[in-house]
Amino acid sequence: MYVAVKGGETAIEAAHELLAEARRGDPGIAEIGVAQIDGQLALAVDRVMTEGSLYDRELAALAIKQARGDLVEAVFLLRAYRTTLPRLTASLPIDTGRGRIKRRISAVFKDVPGGQVLGPTFDYSHRLLDFALAETGAAAVETGTPGAEPLAPRETGPMPRVSSLLGEEGLLEPNVATAAEPEDLTREPLSFPAARALRLQNLARADEGFLLSLAYSTQRGYGRNHPFAGEIRIAEIDIEIVPPEFGFPVVIGSITVTECEMVNQFKGSESAPPQFTRGYGLAFGESERKAMAMALVDRALRAEELGEAVTAPAQDQEFVLYHSDNVEASGFTQHLKLPHYVDFQAELNLVRRLRGEWVQPEAKAAE
Amino acid sequence: MTGAESATAGPATGGYNFAYLDEHTKRMIRRAMLKAVAIPGYQVPFASREMPLPYGWGTGGIQVTASLIGKGDVLKVIDQGADDTTNAVSIRKFFRRTTGVAVTERTAEATIVQTRHRIPETPLRENQIIVYQVPIPEPLRWIEPRETETRKMHALSEYGGIYVRLYEDIAKFGRVTTSYDYPVLVNGRYLMRPSPVPKFDNPKMDMNPALQLFGAGREKRIYAVPPYTPVKSLDFTDHPFTVERWDRPCAICGAADSFLDEIVIDDRGGRMFVCSDTDYCRSNRAAKAAE
Repeated sequence: MYVAVKGGETAIEAAHELLAEARRGDPGIAEIGVAQIDGQLALAVDRVMTEGSLYDRELAALAIKQARGDLVEAVFLLRAYRTTLPRLTASLPIDTGRGRIKRRISAVFKDVPGGQVLGPTFDYSHRLLDFALAETGAAAVETGTPGAEPLAPRETGPMPRVSSLLGEEGLLEPNVATAAEPEDLTREPLSFPAARALRLQNLARADEGFLLSLAYSTQRGYGRNHPFAGEIRIAEIDIEIVPPEFGFPVVIGSITVTECEMVNQFKGSESAPPQFTRGYGLAFGESERKAMAMALVDRALRAEELGEAVTAPAQDQEFVLYHSDNVEASGFTQHLKLPHYVDFQAELNLVRRLRGEWVQPEAKAAE
Repeated sequence: MTGAESATAGPATGGYNFAYLDEHTKRMIRRAMLKAVAIPGYQVPFASREMPLPYGWGTGGIQVTASLIGKGDVLKVIDQGADDTTNAVSIRKFFRRTTGVAVTERTAEATIVQTRHRIPETPLRENQIIVYQVPIPEPLRWIEPRETETRKMHALSEYGGIYVRLYEDIAKFGRVTTSYDYPVLVNGRYLMRPSPVPKFDNPKMDMNPALQLFGAGREKRIYAVPPYTPVKSLDFTDHPFTVERWDRPCAICGAADSFLDEIVIDDRGGRMFVCSDTDYCRSNRAAKAAE
């Protein structure tokens, strides 16, 4: 007798063995190393760290290897690890104005103090497959010396934010600092209305594809907010903590982040003069698309606060924040694979009964 | 089932705490459970954690069980009423691995029963806990998609809409067409989703001597029905609540009082109806063999 899903213990074992085999692929080809993934698939590592909300390149690379390159699965692995970690301390807020800059561009001014720094961008490359890369060891450009940091970030002087330049003139709404400790949705479940800090935390962990589409929808008229890319910067930032026994900040390491500050139009209201408004995005590593999409969605979610009509999905807090997390979404979508035969049996019984009682329309007319 | 007991279990489980969750998380979840027990049927928000199993596969139930379980417990895990469905096997294995506690397939032997989609046919007794895995905890969700609205509706006991939906079913089909996850009123106050158990199981929730806990991981809610609490399936006086019946008994054990699964046995329309509760079916057969 064929039994579909019951009696699974040995079947599961066998599936796991098969998975391990499939993950390894052709044993005649060298196994990929975690360091290779970290170094050569760095943007995948960045995405997994961002959505996994854990800055650890090695673990993210391991997750990618274990997940056979399925990045959403890798995010899940990293999250399930992260959630078990003790919280030792909270760092000081990072200052993205003080980092070692890898990239910094503004789309609103031709030149800005500190200059435009392109950095390693795909932006102006022609998307032609480089067949030379197909041959290992014969890449078109081999640069650097083995073991050297491939991309030494520039030590730069202070680089004022474009938003501060606009802010001086009062053209851009000020960023209001809140004294309140920001909420943490990994420690308190989401509740509504969600404060902006909490929304930003949700968006930072959100699926890039989901945010990208929502951001795009605002550009196409579903909650339009006239954005300009005020500034995008990728920088290596020192992380500081203040150990209680020291009482002064100590640098414990550094992380690379991508920050996007959108400048959006606002016509003003009875209580506020016309000025530009802000949308903010921040992601781990080099995650420019994510940071930009996040900034657009952040601005869209501020509709209510700015007195705009909430008409589009991207402006709807519950819609965006409840559906942005790919670990939640992927799990629940895929749980449909689990057996549902008890419920289906109950439905079968019902549909059979309803069908038994159903009368042909012609027969009904004849009555 | 005490925190102190599990806290001392230490790293015997491969670098993870006893039952996977750290003790602070367990305490947070236990607080949510206590609140849930104090307000029967009310959905208590809690800071659900990512678990090593996917959302939708029982993370809420797993977190509830992980926060309750102690070394002396005996755990039973079922899915669709059966101990041998893949997900039940996987969850049982998870707890074996992270706690080392005894597991059982016998409902009567278990101190904690974690379930998806069924309530065991064997009546539960005092000092047993049944943990339900819940996908969507909000009974008003299909009427109102917004959490801000549904919380208000619960606060005001504004449950008219759900009765209207049941009424519309009756007007259209002559009966209520909800066959599982059938809404119930707990202790006369909170409308509650029994998780997708077939409505056949709803009467078992009423005045049950066991503690019933419901965990929804992705939706971050815990709710409870304390022992001996009235649980009433919604109905109308002229359309009383009924459960499904089969016109034949279980083909294996002959039980006429259990929920039957339909097994397709060939490709010519052959069907066989057997107990969904594998433990109940097995003990019926054992009792018959002993006679």
